[in-house]
Amino acid sequence: MATTTPTRPSTEAPEDSGSEGRMLKLGAVGGDWLDRRVSGAGLVRFFGRKIFPDHWSFMFGEVALYSFVILLISGTYLTMFFVPSMDEVVYDGIYAPLQGAHMSKAYESTLHISFEVKGGLLFRQMHHWSCLVFMVAIFVHMFRVFFTGAFRKPRELNWLVGFALMVLGMVAGFTGYSLPDDVLSGNGLRVVDGLMKGIPIVGTYISMLLFGGEFPGHDIIPRFFTIHILLVPAAILGLIAIHMVMLVLHKHTQYPGPGRTERNVVGFPVFPVYAAKAGGFFFLVFGIITLISATTAINSIWVYGPYDPSPVSAGSQPDWYMLWTDGGLRLIPGWEFTIFGYTVSLNILLPMVVYGGLLAFLALYPFIESWVTGDDREHHLLDLPYNAPVRTGIGVAWITEYLILAMAATNDLIAVKLHLSINDLTWTFRIAFFLAPVIVFYITKRLCLAMQRQKRDLALHGEETSKVVRMENGEMIEIHEPLNEFDRWVLVQHDDYRPLKAGKGVSALRAAATSFFFKDQLAPVTPTELREALEHAGHERHKIDELTGGDYRTPDVRSH
Amino acid sequence: MKALAARRHHPLAFVAILLLALVATGGLYAAFQPRSAQAESYSQDDVDKGEELFLANCASCHGTNAQGMQDDSGNTLGPSLIGVGAAAVDFQVGTGRMPMQNSGAQAWRKPPQMNDEQTRQLAAYVASLGPGPSVPDEEALSSKDADLENGGNIFRVNCAMCHNAAGAGGALTRGKFAPSLSGVESKHIYEAMETGPQNMPVFNDDNISASDKRDVVAYLKALDEQGSPGGISLGSFGPVTEGLYAWTIVLSLLVGCAVWLGAKAK
Amino acid sequence: MSDHVNENRESEARSSSVSTIAPKEGGGFPNPGLPPHIHRQADENPRAEKRAERMVAAMFVLSVLGTVLFVASYFIFTPLGTNLLGTPGTLHAVHWSNLFTGIGLAVAVFFIGAAAVHWAKTLMPDEEWVEERHHIEGSDETREVAASIITDGLEESGVGRRPVIVTAMVAALTALPIAVLAPLSTFGPLPGNKLHHTFWKKGLRITRDTDGTPVKASEVAMNSIFHVMPEGLTEDMEDYLEQRAKAAAVLIRIDPALGQNQESLDNGYQGILAFSKICTHVGCPVALYEQQTHHMLCPCHQSTFDVTDGAKVIFGPAHRPLPQLPIEVDAEGYLVAGGDFPEPIGPSFWNLHKDK
Repeated sequence: MATTTPTRPSTEAPEDSGSEGRMLKLGAVGGDWLDRRVSGAGLVRFFGRKIFPDHWSFMFGEVALYSFVILLISGTYLTMFFVPSMDEVVYDGIYAPLQGAHMSKAYESTLHISFEVKGGLLFRQMHHWSCLVFMVAIFVHMFRVFFTGAFRKPRELNWLVGFALMVLGMVAGFTGYSLPDDVLSGNGLRVVDGLMKGIPIVGTYISMLLFGGEFPGHDIIPRFFTIHILLVPAAILGLIAIHMVMLVLHKHTQYPGPGRTERNVVGFPVFPVYAAKAGGFFFLVFGIITLISATTAINSIWVYGPYDPSPVSAGSQPDWYMLWTDGGLRLIPGWEFTIFGYTVSLNILLPMVVYGGLLAFLALYPFIESWVTGDDREHHLLDLPYNAPVRTGIGVAWITEYLILAMAATNDLIAVKLHLSINDLTWTFRIAFFLAPVIVFYITKRLCLAMQRQKRDLALHGEETSKVVRMENGEMIEIHEPLNEFDRWVLVQHDDYRPLKAGKGVSALRAAATSFFFKDQLAPVTPTELREALEHAGHERHKIDELTGGDYRTPDVRSH
Repeated sequence: MKALAARRHHPLAFVAILLLALVATGGLYAAFQPRSAQAESYSQDDVDKGEELFLANCASCHGTNAQGMQDDSGNTLGPSLIGVGAAAVDFQVGTGRMPMQNSGAQAWRKPPQMNDEQTRQLAAYVASLGPGPSVPDEEALSSKDADLENGGNIFRVNCAMCHNAAGAGGALTRGKFAPSLSGVESKHIYEAMETGPQNMPVFNDDNISASDKRDVVAYLKALDEQGSPGGISLGSFGPVTEGLYAWTIVLSLLVGCAVWLGAKAK
Repeated sequence: MSDHVNENRESEARSSSVSTIAPKEGGGFPNPGLPPHIHRQADENPRAEKRAERMVAAMFVLSVLGTVLFVASYFIFTPLGTNLLGTPGTLHAVHWSNLFTGIGLAVAVFFIGAAAVHWAKTLMPDEEWVEERHHIEGSDETREVAASIITDGLEESGVGRRPVIVTAMVAALTALPIAVLAPLSTFGPLPGNKLHHTFWKKGLRITRDTDGTPVKASEVAMNSIFHVMPEGLTEDMEDYLEQRAKAAAVLIRIDPALGQNQESLDNGYQGILAFSKICTHVGCPVALYEQQTHHMLCPCHQSTFDVTDGAKVIFGPAHRPLPQLPIEVDAEGYLVAGGDFPEPIGPSFWNLHKDK
């Protein structure tokens, strides 16, 4: 990897002479002592002044990373007390309503952590809240990357790594949610058992292998424990490492702006500014999650009771990031058929196919888009979402579909809170599943095009000053203040794309795809257009100045 | 009960429990089954006043003799009240569900329109029509020696699927719902189990014994009183509200920090 | 900017497919370069600088106070021992412990972060640096060398020249993953006929789920629902929960005149019907019984079953009716099972309809 020494802005470093000696000594440790042992100087030189651009929307990946660190810290604390066993015990802890109840050791130890270990409930709640925040941050980060086109060459592989992290996050969350062995999570596991049994031919075998026999068995909690605290976190850590290495290799993307090009990165050095900002941000995220955990209850398992296959609670839902996988199961009609005496459960398989399709589309989108555009360039400047109306529309449509599935999974709560019929809601979501994404796509695309038009006018004519002048011929003209070149640059720098015609190495399918993407595209302002607009404005201005003598106040005000 | 539970692992324990339970059930059956209007003393005066109230407020749907009424197309306007007992009246009128404002999927809880005395008189009148469950007395509701563990277990198996494990309520089909149980008077919970109002099944003493019902009531009161040790309970609706909270409050705080961090200092 | 345009042209030339990028007229606008830097108050005003410095220090001090609060409340608001506000051993004590330790820790960590960020924003240099990017790809020479290493290596290994080895290697690499199936098989038993049978058998009394007492036919009132389990299924059994998971059932009494399914009524007793409680979609307990409509609703995915019509599905994702448990009455008037469920309970699976 080549090392660059970024251009430092020319300022005199204000250092007081007293501390300089100490700083030099510290510098020597980093530059010399470590260098002779682990080539430290090279690392410091490589990383120390690496430049990161500053923008609030770039922070969500960090939120995800930091909440993962908090997950590791709080999770380690929990493992000190949690007993991953389904052996039965009789509860004799402080929680009166369960004294004498039969329960698994897993459930009992979770009660013990919650009620009897000092700070145990706090760490449990921190662990669960940071899990929710981890998944929220991953999704927001993905949306940011998607809508700004940051997944384009050379970052397609890193998009896939991020996608894998999202899926692993769901696995980590689900296995962790199941560990306390309460009625809520137990019924979640039962649903998983039902889903597996629905797989043709091998379903019942897979179910038996996972549960070590019939559901619920005695093995699932210890098995999930190993998956939850060893396999999945190790995989997540590994992928995070790859994610970070690629980030360093590619350098961060930046929003378009004056002085920012595809060939540079403008921002602040890792040391000291980013070390303080990003390091500080870890503590900010930590603080917020702790505050929420101190004040807001999450997963009060003692209310749900120890798992038993007979009871169930109204409003049984998984954590939010798994909700969408429950929605399809609620919307699908009771389709099941028998072929040669064998059962095929479409009421299970079809939702699974839909989930797989939605995920696959998300994972493959960078490749789909680059196939359409044929764009082989490296991209380090981000797109403003309104400059890519079709991509933005597709993204919002995807989110809409996801949201409809997630909301369908909460139809009973919506029904009871808004006093609606659950049957009507189910039908509404069934219809919305097909219609809403299309409508939302169209609206989003139109909104983007409207914004493009507005930005185009702004670039050409400048800002309205709300000063209106009536010309001699009765024409009313509003005086516009042209933008300065820095502000204008953001509005005129983006690329233009054109649909292709089939033939000459372009397949009919690709031609149709490019037409879908770019047929309504608005061309960015060209230098000629701007010159003409400015000339026109100058001409108008000249006429106005002649009329008013450069004084735009109304005649009555002027006479005073 | 705890002692029993602890001994359950002995192979013979089940037989012992079964025998005990048989005797107990038999005893309970004998003791509680005939609970009817006669168990509570209403004066003839109560019954007469109750009849007046009934004719003025209830007869338009339930019929002048409380025999129930149907509209022209055969839909029930109001069911027959013969044999529903004083408990049903005390529940329906005491929780404000009756008199109903307008017909819909289900009658709603609202501030009661009759005072305690009027409710009692109505109950006396309906109880006089035929034997049915009576209003539970103080002793039947006393949580003093209640077995919370038993109450919790019964609640989870028999009630939580509709009313939610925390008693927060839940949806039924076509706009019907199981209401929230928090803040509901003990006697009304008891009466609801006994009489099965609206679409709720009947849990008479043969199904859930009187002492078991008392345990359920005590468990619900204990849930109410113990509060939420983790902090704000978000309505006890579980993962959905927790997720919503993460996406709104928590995400806003995080975005606020990120915007502050990314903004240029003045 | 001109760099950018040139690069576009280069890559277009190299690109294998036709691109949709429209060329920019005259190479587009020139990039105006970084705008003039605007200084912060603390850069120009020594008092603002001092104020920022004090602010940062104050936030670090606040963090120290948070740590003190955390450590103190860890010992003065405990769940079981000392607790200044709640009775030890109650959930109220747990509540105060959680609240105070949590707020202490939150303050302690949050203000370290706030101080560091404020420091970076107000006192560290805020003029933007510019770092040049390099092509991700290596030089042409590097790529040629890499390609030749791979080609030469393959050549040296003789992969192309020794088809026998290659075939054998493919066989070995294909066979090995199959070996995974062996250890995998020890994760659990084969299904056998387990999914086709439950604990119920002819003559077993029907007992209440929560206390194990048997149910008399005369006790099952109209419009009531009993959650039941088979007699003899006790907590000391090794597979107690697995059997409960399959045997769970409900008893419902309807007016036989309402019955729409004679076979279902025949399997009941005077309008008392027993159905499996496990949903035939993915296995949640279906127990939400509406006594007026006689519908049973699954709280997980809203499958709705009509009890008057043999628990037929009338809404939602389930397909099969809930299997009905045939019931009879014994000499003492207790309800007993007339046999096991006629078909497997719970979620459908591949060989559901094959007798075992």
